[in-house]
Amino acid sequence: MNRKLTVALTKGRILKETIPLLARAGIEPLEDIGLSRKLVFDTSHEDVQLVVIRGTDVPTYVRHGAADLGVVGKDILLEHGAEGLYEPLDLGIARCRLMTAGPVGWQSSGARIRVATKFVNITRRHFASVGVHADVIKLYGAMELAPIMNLADLIVDIVDTGNTLRANGMEPLDEIACISSRLIVNKAAMRSRCGAVQRVVDDLSEIVHAAT
Amino acid sequence: MASVDRWQLPDGIEEVLPAQAAAVERLRRSLLDLYRSWGYQLVIPPLVEFTDSLLVGLGRDLDLLTFKMIDQLSGRTLGVRADITPQVARIDAHSLAEPGVTRLCYAGSTLHTRPQSLLASRSPLQLGAELYGDGSLAADVEIIRLMLATLDGVGLRQISLDLGHVGVYEAVLAAADLDDALQETVFDALQRKSVPDLRAVLAEVEPATAELIIALASLHGDINVLDEARELLAERVPDALAAVDALQDVAADILRQRPDLDMYFDLAELRGYHYHTGIVFAAYAPGHGQALANGGRYNDVGAVFGRARPATGFATDLKALLSLLPDEPAPRGAISMPDSDDPALYQVVLELRAGGETVINSLSGDPDPRCDRRLVERDGQWRVLALDN
Repeated sequence: MNRKLTVALTKGRILKETIPLLARAGIEPLEDIGLSRKLVFDTSHEDVQLVVIRGTDVPTYVRHGAADLGVVGKDILLEHGAEGLYEPLDLGIARCRLMTAGPVGWQSSGARIRVATKFVNITRRHFASVGVHADVIKLYGAMELAPIMNLADLIVDIVDTGNTLRANGMEPLDEIACISSRLIVNKAAMRSRCGAVQRVVDDLSEIVHAAT
Repeated sequence: MASVDRWQLPDGIEEVLPAQAAAVERLRRSLLDLYRSWGYQLVIPPLVEFTDSLLVGLGRDLDLLTFKMIDQLSGRTLGVRADITPQVARIDAHSLAEPGVTRLCYAGSTLHTRPQSLLASRSPLQLGAELYGDGSLAADVEIIRLMLATLDGVGLRQISLDLGHVGVYEAVLAAADLDDALQETVFDALQRKSVPDLRAVLAEVEPATAELIIALASLHGDINVLDEARELLAERVPDALAAVDALQDVAADILRQRPDLDMYFDLAELRGYHYHTGIVFAAYAPGHGQALANGGRYNDVGAVFGRARPATGFATDLKALLSLLPDEPAPRGAISMPDSDDPALYQVVLELRAGGETVINSLSGDPDPRCDRRLVERDGQWRVLALDN
């Protein structure tokens, strides 16, 4: 069994911040991931290959063992659950906050509120924990539009700078969780390829801790 | 419902078609024979029971996994078994109530409300063995050996054995003295080996204690982990050392018979922790994320049925095991017989069938496609000839 170790990366902003971390651990893609249309990339490390996919797909690949390791935002793990995975390391990259937000000066008027979000499970758990009955509306983008068009009272979304919120007359309210990217590991790979997997985890752990 | 949907089965519910069914049944018989040869007696527990008996004892983890309905005769709640182990524990504690050691085995279908992992079956064919009445490590070793013999019998190679002991976690937790809610979040983070989450939930706990629990998340790997554990625990949690020693002894015993066995130790793996009380173990195949078979010690579960007993055992899912095996070559072809009422033919067919051959009546048509030979009358004698003869 000399299959290469496969690392699933989340494309987009997380990818940009992951590449330098991996490079310091001696894992550099042999071609520019940003320019290529390929999905699988060999690296300077002969036993490691990279696949670049959507964040929500990363835990699926790793859970099934299609990839041995993965890099994914904690928001995805909170939303879809991390059952059947190990998540040994906080990479400390792509930091942001998961927050509730509403129109400036918004006051709760009744027993139930409507909340628009793409994080349905997290939203349900959060409002249940603060004792508010929330009717959750699943949207796929442009959450800020929902309160403006009176589709929802509040939204739950990732907040980075808060500029988009302000531009739409909204303000952040409660923080639900601090988000950063995590390294996740397939349970079987942790056993059967213990040495190789643990080396990558240790290398990255050292780099992350040196940076903080 | 459109006719195109009528053939559909529920998610996670599968039927087993002839070729596979033959293989499953062959395995089931050979494994139950294996258990008999080790002295394990077969029991056949019922498909449904009152949840009162099904879900006490081992039950807390099984509650959500169990389909339930109301019994029209008694008005009590019935559960379709999601796990046969609690039933066998009840049989040992109450129905048999034998003194001394009782060895039992079983095979049967179970039903799960939701798949236990992605793509897992919701109706596993559970097969297992349980040993009651002996709390020694020798009993744990016997059960682990029987589990390994099971996988040998199936023909799986390159098995790795996971060993753990809930006593380590229990002792660390007892020393840490956390409240119930915190225990639950710690348990959850530990199952994911999430060091960052552990740090976050233990932020308020005394630092030395927090570090100890966090270190637990890294205590996995080859047998050297046991030495690391001793070093870590010796001063702060001496109560945990007995569990580490037990692991060392069991590993040494297993390795004596199988020096090449790949072993992996994980002192934070607590699958089924709520009822396990000692050594826990699982068998993995490379590249396969779910355990092929697992088990552990679960002493005193029988107490709720009136008799607390030491207990250890393991279980596996036959259908999952079979999915890992290469396809078997097609069995030897069958013999076609004409649809005749000749008593001589009847006698010959009887003998052939008794000798293990498959003889298929061709009725009014052509021989069954599985046949490669046929029965032909030549000179007043029925003979088996090649089909094209």
